[in-house]
Amino acid sequence: MLYKNEQLHEEKVFKDPVHRYVHVRDRVIWDLIATPEFQRLRRIKQLGTTYLTFHGAEHSRFNHSLGVYEIVRRILTNFEGRPHWNKEERLLCLCAALLHDLGHGPFSHSFEKVFKLDHEHYTQQIILGNTKVNAILERAEKGFAQKVADVIAKTYQDQLVVSLISSQIDADRMDYLQRDAYFTGVSYGHFDMERILRVMRPMEDQVVIKETGMHAVEDYIMSRYQMYWQVYFHPVTRSAEVILCKILQRAKVLYHDSTYTFTLKPTHFKSFFAGNVKLEDYLKLDEGIVTYYFQLWQEEEDTILRDLCERFMNRRLFKYVEFNPNSQMNEWMELHKLFTDVHINPDYYLVVDSSSDLPYDFYRPGEEEERLPIHLLMPNGELRELSRQSDIVEAISGKKRTDHKLYYPHDLLENVSDPRKKKRMKEILIGQGEEKHVN
Amino acid sequence: MLTNHAKLMQFFAVANEVTGRKKLQKMIFILQKCHMPFEEKFAFHFYGPYSEELTLRVEELCNLGFIKEEKEDRSNYHQYHYTITEDGQAFLEQFKKDMPDFSQQVYAMKEKSSRFLELVATILYFDDLSLEESIAKVHTVKPKQKYTDEEIQEAISFIHAIRH
Repeated sequence: MLYKNEQLHEEKVFKDPVHRYVHVRDRVIWDLIATPEFQRLRRIKQLGTTYLTFHGAEHSRFNHSLGVYEIVRRILTNFEGRPHWNKEERLLCLCAALLHDLGHGPFSHSFEKVFKLDHEHYTQQIILGNTKVNAILERAEKGFAQKVADVIAKTYQDQLVVSLISSQIDADRMDYLQRDAYFTGVSYGHFDMERILRVMRPMEDQVVIKETGMHAVEDYIMSRYQMYWQVYFHPVTRSAEVILCKILQRAKVLYHDSTYTFTLKPTHFKSFFAGNVKLEDYLKLDEGIVTYYFQLWQEEEDTILRDLCERFMNRRLFKYVEFNPNSQMNEWMELHKLFTDVHINPDYYLVVDSSSDLPYDFYRPGEEEERLPIHLLMPNGELRELSRQSDIVEAISGKKRTDHKLYYPHDLLENVSDPRKKKRMKEILIGQGEEKHVN
Repeated sequence: MLTNHAKLMQFFAVANEVTGRKKLQKMIFILQKCHMPFEEKFAFHFYGPYSEELTLRVEELCNLGFIKEEKEDRSNYHQYHYTITEDGQAFLEQFKKDMPDFSQQVYAMKEKSSRFLELVATILYFDDLSLEESIAKVHTVKPKQKYTDEEIQEAISFIHAIRH
């Protein structure tokens, strides 16, 4: 039998808290899971710094990747025999689902922001480069790795296949919403996925939802909306993320400062600081390595790096106030000067963080074809965009709530020796609104 | 503060008015491909390169009152117009970033349809491929747009003109 079609002698299952079981029968999938590149995902948390807010959020990208695979596997079982579905694409869909997050690095979002990286670029490199993953895919079929890479990059010719992995109602989102809700312990994020899977229909170039399933989809959209504001955009997580970015930024500055000598040389970060990250360097870094450095950098000579690492490791986070960059523009400039005057470097200790800095998206009805929306399949065969049929979805996909927060170290302000400046800084920060303590 | 917002404000100041969300997306992507330092992350979507980060940032600028969004009802869809406000100008005066002049590219793109800019953006998205390969890829990922050889040639000339 061809390797591509080879089945395991007996089905393997992974116990999973969200889907109960993840079922594997294909030899290719089993072998991909065993590769070092995929196993590395065990050492990368799905939600980055969220564990500092919700202590249960220690789950990894490995868990999530298996979950996405399992959802796609179930969708494809439902698709069997339906028009528009080409069963020859089955293994391609499963591989793309399993590998879609392969290029994520440690604390991905912060690393990407500071070092101008793109995890999708590394996903492509791992799949197409000289890796164990590539060898398995190419053994399955010559050129198969490129197909998997194209599906993940959303540039594959069959857009139906792409939409299973990446669309506004895809297996990726359906898994992470439920998994993140489970591990954070929040009560949002739950929706009737089984119902959604039953009403999904393959069409020529997208997955659509049978109109009778609209309420299940409404529930999914609402869960998504609530998870964004309650978990993903949580201000405490953002405080930790701000500090993490500042650690990386500071370490990079020190690396390029010829007068500074690290006590613990940043060997694993060198290519990141130099802006030339090769795949082998990228794959070597995981969250264990990163936190090892942060732990030891608490003893560095540089007071800023030392302080930031100590804050991150011991969860001594920045406080924040709501901030309006329009009406409070002058206050911000005054604060910036005051921070400089009292030797608290504003580049590291006075940070505006905006909702657009976070890597999550809301439902978009795609009014001007900027994005493909969720389509409902009406009884007469017509397709209608979801928000045109659902008042609930229309209500939350109209004008968007956005926010900006100003983060700063309250404890350093307390130590300012000039009483006039200290009073003024506190007036601006605390006087204008309620200071939020990060507890 | 708000460095990436300020860069977008500079774009709106140059463009004066931008019509259409899709067009806005493609214009910023094309400017990135002309080595202008916009930092929004783009990924390939059904209608070509799209950045959720850009969409959110524009929403933030609207909510802050720096950009005005006007919705125009068309027969079976809505069209959005974006213009910079006085508050936006004031913000820009304080936080203007040092950027290369991209006015010629913006004026050239404003003249073009969103369909054409979708084609240009898609070709540029695949600029790591050879020209022949990227044209083949355009036909693969955009079969429904049915771009003609003339349109593709025009897009290639356009890319050449705005990149030089």
